Amino acid sequence: MKNLKIHTENMYLYYGSKMALNNVSIEIPENKVTALIGPSGCGKSTFLRSLNRMNDLIDSVKIEGNIFIDDINIYDKNIDVVNLRKKVGMVFQKSNPFAKSIFENVAYGPRINGINNNNELTEIVEKSLQNAAIWDEVKDRLHDSALGLSGGQQQRLCIARTLAVNPEVILMDEPASALDPISTSKIEELIVQLKENYTIVIVTHNMQQAARISDDTAFFYLGELIEFGKTKKIFTNPDKKQTEDYITGRFG
Amino acid sequence: MIFKKFKQDAKGFIFEGITLLSALIIIAILVVMLVVIVKGGKSMFTWEFLSTFPTEGMTKGGIFPAIFGTALLVIIMSIAAVPFGTITAIYLTEYAKENSFIARSIRFAVRTLAVIPSIIYGLFGLGFFIKFVGTGMDSIFTGGQLKWGQPNILWASLTMALLTLPVVIVSVEEALKTIPRDLREASLALGATKWQTIRKVVLPGSYSGIMTGTILAVSRGAGEVAPILFTGAAYYLATLPHSLSDQFMVLGYHIYIMSTQSANVDQTLPIQFGTTLVLLLLTFSLNFTAIILRYRIRKKRIA
Repeated sequence: MKNLKIHTENMYLYYGSKMALNNVSIEIPENKVTALIGPSGCGKSTFLRSLNRMNDLIDSVKIEGNIFIDDINIYDKNIDVVNLRKKVGMVFQKSNPFAKSIFENVAYGPRINGINNNNELTEIVEKSLQNAAIWDEVKDRLHDSALGLSGGQQQRLCIARTLAVNPEVILMDEPASALDPISTSKIEELIVQLKENYTIVIVTHNMQQAARISDDTAFFYLGELIEFGKTKKIFTNPDKKQTEDYITGRFG
Repeated sequence: MIFKKFKQDAKGFIFEGITLLSALIIIAILVVMLVVIVKGGKSMFTWEFLSTFPTEGMTKGGIFPAIFGTALLVIIMSIAAVPFGTITAIYLTEYAKENSFIARSIRFAVRTLAVIPSIIYGLFGLGFFIKFVGTGMDSIFTGGQLKWGQPNILWASLTMALLTLPVVIVSVEEALKTIPRDLREASLALGATKWQTIRKVVLPGSYSGIMTGTILAVSRGAGEVAPILFTGAAYYLATLPHSLSDQFMVLGYHIYIMSTQSANVDQTLPIQFGTTLVLLLLTFSLNFTAIILRYRIRKKRIA
C-alpha cells in the first residue's frame, strides 16, 4: 500500500458565488508525480493553489470540505499558513526570480527562516542548485543577477529556490508552458528525478508531458474531478468518455 | 462643386491654424518667461550672490540664508513626509482591501488634501501646530514662556509636509503597484510572511518610486510660499537658524518680500531676478530628476 500524502474530501471552492471546484475528493500518493489535466478554466490550477493556501490571497474565495496533508487538515484554524507553505512549495507558470543575484534568490527562503551563517547558506545554495540541475551552468556566476538567465534557467532557478526551504511537496503550475522544447525536456527530467525525495503535483496542458512524467493523472472538467488513476490507464483505457474525448483531442 | 470643396478645405485649414496657434502660445509663454528671468538674473548668478548674506537693508548682497532656509525646510519636511507617506502607501497597496470602506476613505482624503489651496494649509499650520501643539508644549515644558508657540522652522516644515503628503503617497503607491504579483506570490510560497515579503521584495523594488515621490515633494515644497507664511518664514534674519524653534528665510518668500515690501523695489530688481533664477533652477532640476526616475520605473514595468 502506497503512502498517502495529500487527500481531499468533498472539497468545494467558490469565487464569490461562482463555483470553481465541485465536490473534489482525491488521494495523492507520496513520492509520485501526479498530473492534473483538463481544459482551461476547469479548476485544476485553482485546486493546485488550494494545496498551499495561495487562494487565501484572493478575498472572494471560499472553501468548503477538507484538505489533508499528512492527515492534517490544512484549513484548520490552528494551522500556521507560513509553515504550511514551507512544507508545500510552489513553482509558477511564469518563472519569477527576484531581482537579486542567483545566490540570493536561492538563499532567500533559508534566510527568512533565520539561517544567516554564510557557510551554511553557501552549502544550501549549492545543494539546491545541484538538485535543480542548474549548478554547472551558474556556479561561476552565482553573484550575477538572476534576471540575466534564460527562461529555462530561470525556471530551474525557481525550482532550486523552492528546494532550498526543504519542502515535502512541490506544486508546479504549468512550469514548462513558456519554455522551448530543450528547456522543457530538462525540466521534465528534473521532475522525474525529484520525485525520489518529494511529492510532486503538476498542472499541465501538455498531454504528452503528463503521459511522460506522471505516475497518476487526474482529469478535471468544469470544476469536477472526472477521473483519477494511473497515468497509463488514463491515457490508454480511461473509464469515462469525457476523459477519452479530451485526451484524444476531441475537445478542450 | 469646386467652390464647396474649397470652402471645406478653408474651414479645415483655419481650424488647424487655430489649434496650432494656441499650442505655439504655450511655448511662447514659457520661452518669454525663461528669457526674461535668465536675462535679468544671469549677471547676479555668482558665487558671491549664492554664498553671502543680504546687506544694506537687503538692497545688496546675496541670498545665502534664503537658500540655506529652503534646503533646511525641505529636508525636515522630507523626514516627516516621506516615511509617513510611504507607510500610508504600503497600507493602501498591501494591506487594505481594494474597495473596502477604509481604503476608499483614505484615497478620498488623499485626493481632497491634494486640492486644498496652500494658504489653507498655512492657516491650519498656524492654528494646529503653533496655537495648539506649540502653545501646549510651552505650557508643559517652559512653564508658559514663549518658545514653541510661535512660528519656527519645525512648524513650517511640518505644515509643508502635510501639503506634500499626497504627492508622496501617490508616487509610492504607483511604485509599489509595479512590483508584479508573481514576485509577491513567489515570496509567500517560500514561507515568507507578508511583512517579510514587503520588506525584502516589494520595498527594494520600489526605491526609485519612493525617490521620485520624495523629489516631487521637495520640488513642490521648495516653491510654495503660502503654507510657511504664517508658520515660520521670516522677512530678514541676521543669522542662520540654529534650532528647530528658530525662524528662517526662504527663496520664494524672499522674492515676494523683495518685490512688494522693499523700500526701493527698482533697486532690488536684480536680486529679485537672481533669486527667481535660483529657485527656478532648483525646481527644474528636481523635476527633471523625478522625470528620469519615473521613466526608468515605466521602462521596468514594460520589461
